[in-house]
Amino acid sequence: MTAPPTGPAPTPAELADVPAQWTRLHPLSPLITFARTLGVVLVIIVPRLATRSGDLVGLGVEAGILLLGVVAGFISWLVTRWRVSGNELQIETGLLRRQSIRLPLARVQAIDIDRPLLARVFGLAELRLQVAGSGSGRGRLAYLPEAEASRVRAQLLALANGLHGGTPAPTGQLLFTVDNRRLVLATLLGTPSLVLVVLAAVAVVLGVLTDSATTGLGMIPPIFAVAALLWRRLNAEFGLTVVEAPDGLRVDGGLLGTRHETIPLPRVQAVRWDEPLLWRPFGWCRLEIDVAQQREARRDDNSAFPDRALLPVGTRQQASAVLARVLPDVDPYRALDARPPARARFKAPLAYRNLGLWSDERYVVCGSGVLRRRLVVVPLAKVQSLRFVQGPYARLLRLATVHIDLVGRAWHAAAHARDEGEADQLWPVLAGRARRARSGAGRRVSAPSTSERLSEQQPI
Amino acid sequence: MRLSDPLTVTAADAATDGTADADQHPSPRLWTARQTLLAVVAVPVLVAVGLLCGFLAPALVTAIVLVALVLVTTAIWVGLRGRYRSWSYREREDDLIVARGLLVRRLSVVPYGRMQFLDVTAGPIDRWFGLATVQLHTAAATSDARIPGLPLAEARRLRDRLAALGEARGAGL
Repeated sequence: MTAPPTGPAPTPAELADVPAQWTRLHPLSPLITFARTLGVVLVIIVPRLATRSGDLVGLGVEAGILLLGVVAGFISWLVTRWRVSGNELQIETGLLRRQSIRLPLARVQAIDIDRPLLARVFGLAELRLQVAGSGSGRGRLAYLPEAEASRVRAQLLALANGLHGGTPAPTGQLLFTVDNRRLVLATLLGTPSLVLVVLAAVAVVLGVLTDSATTGLGMIPPIFAVAALLWRRLNAEFGLTVVEAPDGLRVDGGLLGTRHETIPLPRVQAVRWDEPLLWRPFGWCRLEIDVAQQREARRDDNSAFPDRALLPVGTRQQASAVLARVLPDVDPYRALDARPPARARFKAPLAYRNLGLWSDERYVVCGSGVLRRRLVVVPLAKVQSLRFVQGPYARLLRLATVHIDLVGRAWHAAAHARDEGEADQLWPVLAGRARRARSGAGRRVSAPSTSERLSEQQPI
Repeated sequence: MRLSDPLTVTAADAATDGTADADQHPSPRLWTARQTLLAVVAVPVLVAVGLLCGFLAPALVTAIVLVALVLVTTAIWVGLRGRYRSWSYREREDDLIVARGLLVRRLSVVPYGRMQFLDVTAGPIDRWFGLATVQLHTAAATSDARIPGLPLAEARRLRDRLAALGEARGAGL
């Protein structure tokens, strides 16, 4: 987070060193990768060492286990090597089960640099290559020295864009910096805290009614869960900056661990504009972005970054400005001008005031949300399929919903509870507009800029 | 033609509207196949429940349970016919439309260019009736376009045609 987002342009001398030979990762890598396990083992062993200093057998067994771990880590480092050959990143790893990974750089969606806390302590960073569909687990180089990581990243990105490997990373223009005081306040005012307050109120009422303190104890796990959630979000989004560069939007930030990611703009599948209930008095909103890639943060790494927002919290002006760079010429608020008919209140009484729909030749915007107003902006060229759904209750009210299917399973957009006749016209119109947007996008690629070429090479 | 403001239908929208392709339906054998499947499952269940109740419960309870089960099965039997009769699909120039459902009406529009892969499946009873199910998959998990009960030849034709169109119209993500 302290590093300037654009970074100093690497000198030509640095760039000349293309790692065409097999290279190993940093020797401390296994230590960081297995830090958590190591911590657990130490927690078990150290107190026992202190108390049972005379027991030589136990001591020997424990020392043996520790030594085995160290040897295993060393071997895993020894057998893992990587190089860039032609337009491929090649990684070989594994002692018994050899794994050889070839990543064609033309297929790479984005390259991120993660710096979890422990890696930062040692001045190391992890390089992650995002490939559509497959998780990030395959294309990761953990860990490299920080300087080398950014150098390799620039080089791989240049190669992925069909440029010479020595081309320096293009510099960008700062779009947005999050206000950290506002971020802290906004994070505390977000939906998780709201849920917590409701839970606490329920617990107090129950406690008073049953006249016992045990219900209070029941509140402890949810408090911890919410605190952990808030902390993770804050940790990931603290000091976040967005820089617009020719290769995409560069998003940097983090409190203890930092992450540097680049989002190629042609990859953006949809943008979500969120206004949680308690943010409304301040006029704040949050922008999230959907890219055709999946993070496997849950399983495979100890950095455990949650999905980050493009704009964690900002004023509507700031959000509009950032949105204009990602998806130009669209005002999501216009969706709220076209609400469903008044009888839709019987179908969605709470969400009604957030429902809405707007579309032109390039975008469709859908509003939804009960407590939080959520406006999803979808470029029509990215729509996968459309669905018209009408349940029995909706039929009674002469309403219907048109779903707009997006890549993956995480995101969803739908024009809820529209008038039946309107919905009947809506899906053919949207299908036609999506078709024209797709063929239009195909034509535009004929004169590709650097960033567009990245997208053109990887039809999936 | 005008939707609620500001979603105004433009001339471009109107120009491509309304293709003359006809609706196609799954084979009429489909609901026979599904009803056979139901019978294959329901008859043993009925017999088993009847025997169990006959040994363990009073005669009146047995009679009530059996009558209830028979009624439910009959309702499903009749409902299946409507459900599968409501199924229809239309091959338009650029997309496939699948409509289905009586209680919950659903309609899916899947552009050929968005298809990731095609599934053709046939269970044992479907095979016996010479039927197969064609399912389209896109990169979206929520896409759902499935046509059951196609005669094998039609399933093959549809599969080949969709695969060819998918190749021709393929678009990047």
